[in-house]
Amino acid sequence: MGLRGEAAIVGIAEWTPERRPTAPPMFTLEQWAQLTREALDDAGIDPSEVDGICATNIRESDSFVPSTITEYLGMQVNFAEVVDLGGASCAAMVWRAAAAIELGLCNVVVIAAPSWPSPRPPNPTSGPSSWRYGASSANYGSPQAEFDIPYGNVAQNCGYAQIAMKYGAEYGYDPEALAKIAVDQRVSANHNPPAVFHNVPITVEDVLNSPMIADPIHMLEIVMPCSGGGAIVVAGKDVARRSKHRPAWISGFGERVLHKTPTYAEDLLSTALIPAADQAFDMAGRSRDEVDLISVYDCYTITVLMTIEDAGFCPRGEGQPFVREHDLSFRGDFPCNTHGGQLGFGQAGLAGGMSHITEGARQVMRRGEDHQVPDADVAFITGNGGLMSEQVALILEGD
Amino acid sequence: MAADTPQRPLPTPIDRTQPFWDGLRERKVRIQYSPSSDTWVFYPRSHAPLTLADDLEWRDISGEGTLYTYTIARRPTAPDFAGDEPQIIAVVELDEGPRLTSTLVNVDQDKISVGMRVRPVFEDIPGSETTLLRYEPAS
Repeated sequence: MGLRGEAAIVGIAEWTPERRPTAPPMFTLEQWAQLTREALDDAGIDPSEVDGICATNIRESDSFVPSTITEYLGMQVNFAEVVDLGGASCAAMVWRAAAAIELGLCNVVVIAAPSWPSPRPPNPTSGPSSWRYGASSANYGSPQAEFDIPYGNVAQNCGYAQIAMKYGAEYGYDPEALAKIAVDQRVSANHNPPAVFHNVPITVEDVLNSPMIADPIHMLEIVMPCSGGGAIVVAGKDVARRSKHRPAWISGFGERVLHKTPTYAEDLLSTALIPAADQAFDMAGRSRDEVDLISVYDCYTITVLMTIEDAGFCPRGEGQPFVREHDLSFRGDFPCNTHGGQLGFGQAGLAGGMSHITEGARQVMRRGEDHQVPDADVAFITGNGGLMSEQVALILEGD
Repeated sequence: MAADTPQRPLPTPIDRTQPFWDGLRERKVRIQYSPSSDTWVFYPRSHAPLTLADDLEWRDISGEGTLYTYTIARRPTAPDFAGDEPQIIAVVELDEGPRLTSTLVNVDQDKISVGMRVRPVFEDIPGSETTLLRYEPAS
C-alpha cells in the first residue's frame, strides 16, 4: 500500500504573518487567485497546467467550494477536493494531491490556505457568530452544544490544558522542559525574517513568568493568532523535473481521525498520531534516525512534546528529558520547527498548519537561508486538527 | 441578573436526549445502556457507538465517578463565561465507564487531583427548565 514517491512539492507561496494586518482585507477567492499565482510563479509552472485543487472552507460559499474556486480562477480540473480536518487540513490535502497524481488523475494540484481578513458586508446580518465558541459547534442537535458548551468546555486552550494535565498525572510534569520547546523554536524564529517573533528572544523564565491561561499552560506556550496565507503546488514526476527548485518528494503519509471533544477520547494520551506516523514511516521505507528535521504542528508546547513521543522519536513518557537533552533549534541536534513553529512564526488560521509543510519543503529544497539545516534531505511533518484527535503525518524527501 | 451579565449558553435538549435532562431535574443521573454489548453510553445517541446496536435503554446510575482530567481556566473560555473565571472544567469518568464534561464546585483549587473521587451536584438554572450536572469531591 502507498505512494511511490512520484509526486513532489515544487512551489511555495507564503504571506508574512501579521498580528495587525497592514494590507487591506481580501475576499477568500481573491486570496486563492493571488496565492495560486505566486505558488505557480515560484515553481515556474503556467496556470494552464493546473488540473487539480484542494481547498478548505471559503467565506463566500458554504458549499460547492471547489467549483466556486475553479470558476473564479477560470480553471477546469480533474480533481477537486475539500478537506475539513482543522489544523490537519493542509497536511491531509498534500497526500490527497499526491495520491491523485500517482493515480494518474491529474498532474498539477494547487493547495491553498487563504487566511487573510475578508471585507465585512455593508449590512451585516445579526446573530451570533458561528465561531462564538471557537471550533465547538453550537448548532441545534450538536452534541457539543448540549453537553460541552454549557459547562464552558469550549475553545482550544481548555482542551489542550486537559490533555497536559492528564499527561502530567500519568508521567509527571516538567514545566521547564515544556517551556524550553517554545524557547528553542524562538531561536529559529529569530533567524527567520517573516516570523512574527523575529528578533524577539525569550528565556525559559519568560515563559514560566507569562500569565497562566489554563493550568498548566502559560501564555507563551500558546500560538499567536495572525493574518496570513499559504499555498503550495504539488506536481507529478515530469512536471517536477522541469520546475525551478529541487523537488520535495512526498514519500509517505498516514492519517487517523478520532473524536472531536477530548471528553470522549478512548484514551486521551493515546493520540491519533501513533498509527499515522507508523504508516508514514513504513510507506516511505524510512527510519526515525534518517529524519533530518521535523516540522510538526505546535499550537501549544504540549502538542510538540506528545508529537515527538507519538511519532516515535523517543519512548512515550520520556519526551521531557528528551527535550532537555536536545537542542531543537535549526542549528541543534534535533531540529524541530525550523521556521520558529507557529509558536514563533505566528498562526495565521489554516495557513499556520500550512507553514509546517512550506517549511519542510523549503528545507528539503535547501531554501532555508539563515535557518537552513545543513544537507536536509528528509523532513517529517504533521498536521494536527482539533485536540490531538485528527492527525496527518507526511514524509518529504529530496532526490 | 444584571444587564451587563453575559448570557450563559444553555442546552437545547432534543427528543432523543430529553430523558437525561428530565433525570437531572429529578436529581437522578440517567444514561443509556446497550444490552447487546453490555456497554454504557454517554452522551445519548440513537445507536450504540462501535456496534451501532439500536437497543439503547435508559437506566439510572449513581452518577459517581473519578476525575479523569481537568483544567483551571484563568481567562474565560468564551466571552459568555466572563466573570466565571477561574472555571474549573472537569472530565468525569463515571463508574460505569463513560466520561462526561462538567465543572467542579465546592472544592479548594489546591486540593484537586486527577483520579480523585467525585459526586454529582444538581444545579437548577434560575429562569430556565435546565438543571446542569456539576461535581464536587466525594469526601
